This record gives sequence, structure tokens and C-alpha cells, in this order.
Amino acid sequence: MASDTNVETFDAEAVNAQHNRELYAARQKIHPKRASGSFRSLKWVIMAVTLGIYYITPWLRWDRGEFAPDQAVLIDMASRRFYFFFIDIWPHEFFFVAGMLVMAGIGLFLVTSTVGRAWCGYTCPQTVWVDLFLVVERFFEGDRNARIKLDASPWTGAKIAKRTSKHVVWLLIAVATGGAWIFYFADAPTLLKDFVTGNAAFVAYATVGVLTATTYVFGGLMREQVCTYMCPWPRIQAAMLDEHSLTVTYNDWRGEPRTRHAKKAIAAGEVVGDCVDCNACVAVCPMGIDIRDGQQLECITCALCIDACDGVMEKIGRDRGLISYSTLSTYNQNMALATAGVPGAGIQPQLVRPDGKLAAAVQHFNWRNVIRVRTAIYTAIYAAIGLGLLTALLMRSPLDVNVLHDRNPQFVQLSDGSIRNGYQIKILNMRTEPRSFRITLDGLAGATLKLEGSDLGQGSNGMLDVKANQLRNVRAFVTLSKDAIAAKTTDFAFEVVDTTSADTVTANVRFEAPSGTGQ
Amino acid sequence: MAKNEIDDVSGVETTGHEWDGIKELNNPLPRWWLWTFYACIIWSIGYVIYYPAIPLIEGSTMGISGVTNRSLLHEELARVDASKAGMVSKIDSTGLEDIRGNDELFRFAVAGGSSLYKVNCSQCHGSGAQGAPGYPNLNDDDWLWGGDLENIYLTIKHGVRNDDDDDARQSEMPAFGDDVLEPAQIADVTQYVLQLSSQEHDATAAKSGAAIYAENCAVCHGDDGKGGREFGAPNLADALSLYGNTADTIAAQIAKPKHGVMPAWGQKLTEAEVKQLTVYVHSLGGGEQAATQ
Repeated sequence: MASDTNVETFDAEAVNAQHNRELYAARQKIHPKRASGSFRSLKWVIMAVTLGIYYITPWLRWDRGEFAPDQAVLIDMASRRFYFFFIDIWPHEFFFVAGMLVMAGIGLFLVTSTVGRAWCGYTCPQTVWVDLFLVVERFFEGDRNARIKLDASPWTGAKIAKRTSKHVVWLLIAVATGGAWIFYFADAPTLLKDFVTGNAAFVAYATVGVLTATTYVFGGLMREQVCTYMCPWPRIQAAMLDEHSLTVTYNDWRGEPRTRHAKKAIAAGEVVGDCVDCNACVAVCPMGIDIRDGQQLECITCALCIDACDGVMEKIGRDRGLISYSTLSTYNQNMALATAGVPGAGIQPQLVRPDGKLAAAVQHFNWRNVIRVRTAIYTAIYAAIGLGLLTALLMRSPLDVNVLHDRNPQFVQLSDGSIRNGYQIKILNMRTEPRSFRITLDGLAGATLKLEGSDLGQGSNGMLDVKANQLRNVRAFVTLSKDAIAAKTTDFAFEVVDTTSADTVTANVRFEAPSGTGQ
Repeated sequence: MAKNEIDDVSGVETTGHEWDGIKELNNPLPRWWLWTFYACIIWSIGYVIYYPAIPLIEGSTMGISGVTNRSLLHEELARVDASKAGMVSKIDSTGLEDIRGNDELFRFAVAGGSSLYKVNCSQCHGSGAQGAPGYPNLNDDDWLWGGDLENIYLTIKHGVRNDDDDDARQSEMPAFGDDVLEPAQIADVTQYVLQLSSQEHDATAAKSGAAIYAENCAVCHGDDGKGGREFGAPNLADALSLYGNTADTIAAQIAKPKHGVMPAWGQKLTEAEVKQLTVYVHSLGGGEQAATQ
């Protein structure tokens, strides 16, 4: 369609435009045009970093000595450990993981209430992989117009070749994506060797198969359908945003009334907005929507329309930011300015740019607005949990002892009339080296201790070896002669001392005797 | 009803449902989602044919696979048995002392023995092996037939006073109340037995009881009353007593003794199971070391 500016106009239309709706909507294929600009550059960097982290992490090594794996990040299901560089989490420390998940949730609230759906637009795996798949698509089939043409063209050899190459590369990426996942759960170099030689566990192949399928289907075939129909976050985010949250906004207070024939209209003395209706914003949108229809559920705030529109504004010598990150609050102020304070009145763009440039009275987003009661509360909760976890991490003992008194029977009378109590002692050696412990009784005069174990023989003196990074479960029998029993119940403690480091853990327990004894 | 309302903002028809001013829009369902519904329906047809599905008056249709929760359970149990087979055969071929000395076998035997105990033994000996009058406490250090691994093994395998196993532990204390001892003599012996186990007693009666004891009881229970394990004669000089350690219970046991019976578990359990039970019982706290020759 001709335009009297030198801006290219695109034949693009929002897929959710009103007249496109029916009972069961067939998907309309979206052919996003490549955008360029600061947000696109930022997205390239984020894509490189996030993909890099995902693919490289399992291959990082971290020396933990001979008794623990040397993979920096490893979720070891078989022995129930989570290794993260210098941290290793035992099952009873799962609260660290729970705490981090809570932090991730609060972090998402914080990010959303300040910069809107930045997660969706920049770092969500769905967004990142769709972006990656689009790069491949563009490489083989060309940019938007070429792809539309190719779609409509008959099946020629060239078309088949292009399509096949695209899908093959997509599948390769998908396999690599599913493949990288399993390396987090086993020693990566060993698993890779086992995997290609067909010796890996069935679950490894099944996982790779499922993740390959989801990556290929979601990233290559379904794309925006995942965000719009399958993901709950677009629904939740509505409750997270407020009038101070940044969203990608079409500033109709300066764009309307839009026209493709601005020069003609101006010559005719008509009021003309900045929008030249070139549809560049629609053409680049990976969600296939028109941001000028207002804020929508489908918008993932990837900001590519900002890049597209800024380029156009620059070309026609207008201020950038016709589409911009803006809050509802600044938008409303600017709208009031453009309508001379009359709600619902027609927009008069000349009020906000009296001499071609934006007036000083136009509000822009101020970073200080980020600090609000709400974001302060989110930050406080986030920081509190983070500090709590950090404190717990710094204070955790590499030795944990649990003692359980036998409940059935609580005590046993022996042939010489003495009373014996049984205990189950669990010693967790959370160091990656074997340790020796001495177990002594504190507060139970005259009692004898016997540990039951294959390597302990009879009448052990309380010495106990625990292997590196292991839990040892041992039965302990404490016997007190009839005369030494002072009461039906006596509180005492097991003291577990590391013979080399002198790390000590005390476990408080009770000694039970039959009623009537010791009186 | 009037024509459906069209929402102003979106231009979409509403369903007529409204909550606090929020109206439900009648947006179209994506067609691919419709196809997933159809796919689910097709899947369910296959499911109904393949798996047990339709309830009948008794049971249900079985499906062509024959897979049921019961068959899955049997498969699961077979898998567990198969996974244990290696350890079980090791237990089978390893001597009791060596099982106890091997960390892996010891833990396996104690765990396996513990669950076998709950199924087979807890009915008489109690869930904590604490026993009851007439049923020995297995936690303590007082053993009727011996408390080392070998003797515990023999007791479990062949049982006590049963008619099913020729090697069962056999012994029978005579009923001294049946024309052997006068009630007064029984009372005197009772006082002597109380003295043996260091309890309060009537010294005069105990003195005359000592003579009766030497004549009638010492042959089995020993001159010092410490019993004899070769015929399961209890130690009378310790603090523990199978049927109670009071004058009444002792007198009753002298006059008309009760005799416990234990089945020969070797006839019901496998060799490996008996061995696991042996190691488990031995580990309860009273296990003794084998007498060295």
C-alpha cells in the first residue's frame, strides 16, 4: 500500500483481530520479521548467556576429593545429594531448595511488579528457544516476506530442501536440548559415552526423547500458542501488575490519529499523530499481535516492537518512543495532557509536541518509581529468605547426629537385674572424607555403652568409623546396673566427637527404667 | 432471551456469565486444542480395549492386556525378589559368623530378619521381641537353649517341643505336684528358689527347701541353680523368669509346669530366611559369642 512517507508499509494484521474470530480458531501462522535495535541486541546477549549456562554447566568440574563426584553441578538421585560447586545438599537440607524456590517466586513478583513480564520477554526458555528456532528458520527460508512467499508457493525441490534442512536443524537443537538435561543427573562425560554407545539407562533415553519432542513441538511448531493457551503466567501476571509497572505501551496520546498519508493530511490541515501505520510493530511481533490495540494477554513484552518503531521514528525524524516501556500512571498523565484534561476527548497530538518535539510537560518513566511500598516488601521478603538461607548455609555442621530411643520395648531387664535401653544412632558424615568418631555418654554415671555393628565386635569402646559422605546407622545399647538407677527416667546425652577435628555433636535422650526402680 | 451481549472493549461475544462486573468472554478455542480432545477420546478407546476398564456386576472387563493392579503387584514383587536373589544366595552360602562379620550381609540379614520376625514371630514373642509370660524375651541375655548364633539358628530351625521335627529341642519338667512333693515341700523349695535369685525369702523354709532342691531339682537346674542349656533348664539364680518370679508363679511352675512349644521354622521358611532371622534375633542385644573350643 502506498504511503507518502518513505517508510515501508507491511501487510500485517493482528491474528486476534476481531473479524478473525470463530468458534474453533485455526492457528494463523506468524512470520515475525527480524528486528534490530537495542532491545534486540539485549535479547541476543541474554540468549547467549542463558543457553550457554544451560549447555555448559554440566561440563564444569569441581574437585571434591576422591570420595565425591567432581561435577560442579550435579543432582545425584541415586545417593540423594545435590552438588552445587562448594555446596552439597543432603535430603534433610531440602529446605535450601524449597527456600530458593520461594525466592524464585518472590523474585518473579518483584520483577513483574517493576518491569512487567520481563521474564516472559527475555529469559523464559520458551522465548529463548523460539528465538533460536527463528534464527534457524530465517537462515534457511529468509525473512518474513520470503517466508510468506515460500509458504504460499507450491512444493518444489527448493522448498522441500529448505523445509527439510530447517526441520533437521530444529531436531538437532531439540536433541541437544533434551540431551543437555540428563547431564545434570549423572557424570556428564561418562553418561555421554554410555549414551552414544547405547549403554545408558532407559530413563536417560526416555528423558531425551520427551524433551526433544517438547522442544521441537513447542519451539518450532507451537510457539506463541504455548504462551497464549498453555502457560498460566499470562493469567497470573494480571494480578502482579499495577499502575507503576513497566509494560510495553503504544503511546496513542502522540500516535493518534494515525495515517499513512501524513504529508497529504498535514497539507489538508488535518491533525495527525506520529503513527504512520506502517505495521512494522505487528510484523516483528513473535506473538503476532498489534500492540496498538492496547495491553493484551498475549504480549510477552519482548520489546521488539519498540525497536521496530524506534527505527521508523528515527527515519521520519520524530522522537523515539512512540512505542515504549511505560507505566499506566505516566501513560494516563500524558493522555490527560494530549486530551487537555478532558477524559474521552479526542487526542490532540500537537498538545504534547507543540513544535514537532515532545513538550517538557510529557512524563517519562523515572527509575525512582521502582521503589514503592510493594516492591520494598517484595525485596524485604526476598532478602530475608536469602539471608536466612545464607546464614543456615554458613552455620551448617558437616556432622549431624540423630538418636532415637527404642519404643518397643523401652527397656530390657537383664539376668543380673540391670536395665538396658536400646537406641538407634544415625551419624551423618557430610564431609567428603572418612571420619572416626568416639561416642561417649554424658550424665549417666555407671552406665556401659555397647555398639552393635559388623565391624565393632563385642563390647566396643564407642569408636565408630563413618565413610566419606555417608550416613551410618548403628544400634547402641546402654546398660545401667540395678543399684545405679536413680529414677524411672533419667536424662542424659550421647556425645559424638570427631577424633581428628574435635567436632562435637550432643544428642539429648532419656534412659527409661521400670516404674518403681530407684526409689 | 435477548441476543448475546458483545463486550465493548474486545468486541467478543460474552457467555452471559458475570462476576462482580467481570464478564466471561466467549473466545474461540484453538483448533489444535480441539484435536487434542479428539486424540484423548481415541486414546481412551484404545485404553478401554487394552486395560481392565468397564465395571461389571462382579469384577470388570479384563482388557486384552490382562494387566491389573494385582498383576502389577506380582510383577513388582517378582522384581524385588529378583533384585534380592544375589544377596539371598550369598546368605545361603555364608556361615552365620561370617554373615555377622560382613557389613553388607549383616545389614541385609538384620533388615530381612526384622521383617520376617514381624510376620512369623511377633505373634508369640511380641512386636518388639519383648516376650510375655511363657514366651521368652529375645532382647535380654537369658537364653534357655543358648544365645550364640548356632544355638539360636537350631532353635529357630527345629523349634521346641514340637512333634514335627525330630531334632526339635526336647525337655519336660516333671509335675512335682502330682504325688512327688507335698504342698509344704513345694512351698519350701519355692522359698529356696527365691533365695537363689536374691529375692526376699523365708530363710528357715529356704533351708529345708535347699535339701529338697538338691534331691529333686539340681540334676537339671544345677547345684547352684544356674540351669542347663542342654535340656533347656532355666537359670533359677538370675533376675529373669519365664513364667514370673514371684512365690505364686514359682510354686505353680513346680507343681504343674507349663511347657512352651515353638514350631520348627525350618519346615516353613527357607534356609536363608532362618539365617536372617538368626542374625536379627542375635542382634537384638543379648546375642552371645560362640563358646571357643
